[in-house]
Amino acid sequence: MTAATTTAVEGTPAAPGDRRRDRDRPDRWRSRLHRWDLRYSPYAFVAPFFLFFAAFGLFPLLYTGWASLHRVELTSPDRMEWAGLHNYVRLLDNDFFWNALRNTATIGVLSTVPQLLMALGLAHLLHYRLRAATFWRVALLTPYATSVAAATLVFVLLYGRDYGMVNWALDAAGIGPVDWQNGTWSSRLAVSSIVIWRWTGYNALIYLAAMQAVPDELYESAALDGASRARQFVHITVPALRPTILFTVVVSTIGATQLFGEPLLFGGAGGQKGGASHQFQTLGLYLYEQGWFNYHLGRASAVAWAMFLLLLLIAAVNLLVVRRLGKDR
Amino acid sequence: MTAWSSGPFRRRALLLVAAAALVLGMSVLDGCAKDSRPDDASGPGGDRRTTITIGTFGVFGYKQAGLYEEYERLHPGITIKESVIERNDAYYPQLLTHLAAGSGLADIQAMEVGNVHELATARADLFEDLSRAKGVHRGDWLAWKWAQATTRDGRTIGLGTDIGPIAVCYRKDLFRRAGLPADREAVGRLWAGDWQRYIDTGKAYKRRAPAGTVFTDSAAGIYNASVHGYAERYYDRAGRPVHATSPAVRASWDLAMQAVRAGLTARLKQFEKPWDQAYANGRFATVACPPWMLGYIKEKAGPAGRDKWDVAAAPRPANWGGSFIGVPRAARHRAAAVELAVWLTAPAQQARLFERQASIPSTPAAYALPQVRDARNPYFGSAPTGAIFTAATRGIPTLVFGPREQQIGLAFTDVGIPQVEQQGKSPRAGWRAAQKEIENAVDE
Repeated sequence: MTAATTTAVEGTPAAPGDRRRDRDRPDRWRSRLHRWDLRYSPYAFVAPFFLFFAAFGLFPLLYTGWASLHRVELTSPDRMEWAGLHNYVRLLDNDFFWNALRNTATIGVLSTVPQLLMALGLAHLLHYRLRAATFWRVALLTPYATSVAAATLVFVLLYGRDYGMVNWALDAAGIGPVDWQNGTWSSRLAVSSIVIWRWTGYNALIYLAAMQAVPDELYESAALDGASRARQFVHITVPALRPTILFTVVVSTIGATQLFGEPLLFGGAGGQKGGASHQFQTLGLYLYEQGWFNYHLGRASAVAWAMFLLLLLIAAVNLLVVRRLGKDR
Repeated sequence: MTAWSSGPFRRRALLLVAAAALVLGMSVLDGCAKDSRPDDASGPGGDRRTTITIGTFGVFGYKQAGLYEEYERLHPGITIKESVIERNDAYYPQLLTHLAAGSGLADIQAMEVGNVHELATARADLFEDLSRAKGVHRGDWLAWKWAQATTRDGRTIGLGTDIGPIAVCYRKDLFRRAGLPADREAVGRLWAGDWQRYIDTGKAYKRRAPAGTVFTDSAAGIYNASVHGYAERYYDRAGRPVHATSPAVRASWDLAMQAVRAGLTARLKQFEKPWDQAYANGRFATVACPPWMLGYIKEKAGPAGRDKWDVAAAPRPANWGGSFIGVPRAARHRAAAVELAVWLTAPAQQARLFERQASIPSTPAAYALPQVRDARNPYFGSAPTGAIFTAATRGIPTLVFGPREQQIGLAFTDVGIPQVEQQGKSPRAGWRAAQKEIENAVDE
């Protein structure tokens, strides 16, 4: 809306009527308009995002916080009963919540660490002069472009206990079949592998872009000094990529904290439980189960806010690390 | 960030983006506005058309059976529009939020048996009382079906559509090879009266089981089939939770554990991919099946299973599944919707639905109609499914329902039993896990 008014204002200086009435004023008017344009137009341009954010981001966030202080059931969400911090207090001694938190952390580490390491390696390989470089880059990005649902359903088939391809391969290799979904660690590994498959290429491309910004002279002089490719990678590429690596770590951590679609679909019918022993139930799934299957919206909101606070904590730790790194340099 | 001031071209491009965002925003608002406009707009000729909307989950089959078309023909000026959400666990939360908001509701809303009690307890004031609607005779319905959607003070929020009397689907070729009778009457007699005899038959099957096959799909399937035959399961008549002590739960849990201990199950979870694959591979010989499962089996077992599957009577009468349709108070065309709901659930229409959909009517008057009485299912060896399932409705108790039926049931079938069956935990640990799960799920 604001954007539209600016265009209208921009059009006015050309109006000849004003000019005839006063010889001095149009210039002043014009320059003022110009100043306003410079000062306020950017806000007008960013306004749509913030309007949408306020409606679909900020308001739900605050309302969730408000709801988390109440007893609200999905059966009648219009009836809210003040409960103070009850929902939070009961989360503290709720085994299911802590289990979900632990699982989120475990699966987060299991998926993020190998993912970023592999991405770094792949980016390094792609940085070489390759035949059909574009093809490789596009190929890396395809998993990211695949929908979570489609990818996970394929993985569910691959990891099937009785008729899955992974077990068929294991069997051929002489290793006994694994009940991927029912095992504690096997299920977490399986879920992590879906995340890794989807996000490695995306991170690799980010690293690749950063690598291409590293000046070639550094590599050339290192080569002259007799540094091998591996040494160049460790001593030039990685330090130069530090800010980028930090960025991907933060983004992946946020993604891991919110992990939802992969474990839900991996769990099949009743996936919100994350397995019969909740062995791969993440915080996102626990929230979903509490709110949409057990109908406790208040408690689900408290879980949501706990996740939000957790992310703030991670952001704070990250800030400290960045400061530390800055000092080192 | 100086890009926006670096020349007229850039600026125009940005303006375009801003304008696009604006248009997008306005079209969203416009969409909302359209939504709240009444549906019956006068056409150019001045004729008023009423559009009745129906919200359902899964496949109700009204459209497929041609019932909407016929109703539109019988009532000129009425158009019926159906919107379907595939799964009830997505449909029901949406229905609840729409009910609370008083908007976004269809004129007729479907309700699943597991939810209807909760709606009748917590939300009855938001539904039309259909017991007083014109053309409704409560005697048409099975008494227990009618009771499920009726509040304590006698208001009925939903009319019964189909029900789910349980039978047992079995593979007669596997039975024959295991040295058991294959004829459906004889098979029914093997376990008539008690699920314990079904387990015993399973043990007999196992002694001579064809290679690569087991007796049944899952322990949770046995649990469900058994527990749904008891009047009081998770709540007693006074509304107190009895999930830890009720004889129904105890006995059904015990049957499931026996099946696990004896290795009678394929250790599958129903409605998951591996379960489908096991049908295709002929992995198990029996499954407790309500009528709505027959189509599922046919689809998953495919042409290879033709004439191998058959249907026999279950040990005890039980009901698993079934639905209702009701009219929210906030519906736009309440009177017209009530009339349609009454028509759709009348015995004649339920019989036609059976023909198309194999869903057993909840109105016994339909059982005598030839479409139901003489129905045979060619895929299941021409089994007289109409006769088998309508006979299975006899003796189904009036189930006592409580508010958190579904969550409690899931704690047994999705947590307690699979922990023992698939994760190798002790029955005691599985039982404890299920009880803990229930405490966490029902506690507000």
